[in-house]
Amino acid sequence: MGLGTFFATKLDEAIGWARKYSIFQYPFVTACCGMEYMATACSHYDIDRFGAGLTRFSPRQADVLFVVGTISHKMAPVLKRVYDQMCEPKWVVAFGVCTCTGGFYDNYATVMGIDTIIPVDVYIPGCPPRPESVIDGLMKLQDRIAAGAQRY
Amino acid sequence: MDGLRIIERLRERFATAIVETGSQCRDHTAVVDRAAVRQALEFCKTNPELSFDMLTDLTAVDYLKFPGREDRPRFEVVYHLYSLPHNHRVRLKVGVEEDDAVVPTAVGLWAIANWFEREVWDMFGIRFDGHPDLRRLLMYEEFEGHPLRKDYPINRRQPLIGPRN
Repeated sequence: MGLGTFFATKLDEAIGWARKYSIFQYPFVTACCGMEYMATACSHYDIDRFGAGLTRFSPRQADVLFVVGTISHKMAPVLKRVYDQMCEPKWVVAFGVCTCTGGFYDNYATVMGIDTIIPVDVYIPGCPPRPESVIDGLMKLQDRIAAGAQRY
Repeated sequence: MDGLRIIERLRERFATAIVETGSQCRDHTAVVDRAAVRQALEFCKTNPELSFDMLTDLTAVDYLKFPGREDRPRFEVVYHLYSLPHNHRVRLKVGVEEDDAVVPTAVGLWAIANWFEREVWDMFGIRFDGHPDLRRLLMYEEFEGHPLRKDYPINRRQPLIGPRN
C-alpha cells in the first residue's frame, strides 16, 4: 500500500466520519408514523445527539430521505420525484412497516414497500416503530454513511 | 321531531314512493324509490318542520352476493341528513340496479354533495345525473374500475410507477 492510497483511505474515513454526524434529513411524512417521528425528533429522545436534528424541507438540501408513513400508488410518483431531486450522496430510510413492505395493507391503493420504487438503505420496522428502534435505525444508517455504503 | 314522525311525514307526502321503512337504535330509515328521491330530499330540506339543512354523509353500499338480498337492487345510495334547528336526523336510502346505476344529483340542495357524489362515483361507479363535474375524487385518472365494488379483484394493482404486480 503506497503513501497515496493511505492518505486517500484516511481522507474517505474522515469524510465518512464528518458526514455521519451531519445528517440533513428530508422527512417525507404521509401518515401516522409521523407522530412517532416527531416524538423521536423532539427533546425527550433528541436526534440532535446524532447530528440529525436539522430537517430540510427541500430535497436539494437533504442527505437522507426519511419515508415516514404509507405510500399510496397515487403518491408514488411524488416520492420518486423528491428522491430524484436529492443531490448525491443520498440515503433512504424506510420508517415503519408500511414503507418496508406495505404493512397490513394489501389493497388497490397501497405500494407494497417503497423499495419497489427507490433503493432503501435502512428499514425500521414497527407500527409505528418505538423511538428506540428509530434511533437504532439512525445509528445503523450512521454506520453505513461512515463506511461509504449507499444504494443509489 | 321524533324519528317516527319524520318517517310518517315522508309517508304522508310520498305514499307508495316510500318503499320500506325501518329503525334501529332510534335511527330511522326510509328507502325511497329512485324516481322520487330528488323530491324527497328537497322536501326534507325545505319543509319547515323537517328543515334538514345538513347532509352529514352520502355514501353507497354494494350488496353483491349479500345473503337474503338476491332479489333486491345491487347497490344502495345512502343519505344521512341532520337538522341543525331541530336537532333531529333521518336516513334515506335508494336502491340502484347494476345495469342502470344512475341517481339524480343532490348538489343543488347541499353543496357538499358535490364531493360525496364524486367519491361514490370513484369508489362504486354510480353516476349522479346532473352533477356539474363528475370526476374521480380519490383515485388517479388512469385508474380503471371502481375499487369498492365487491367484484373488484382484491389483488388487482394499478401502480403509476414501479412493478405491475
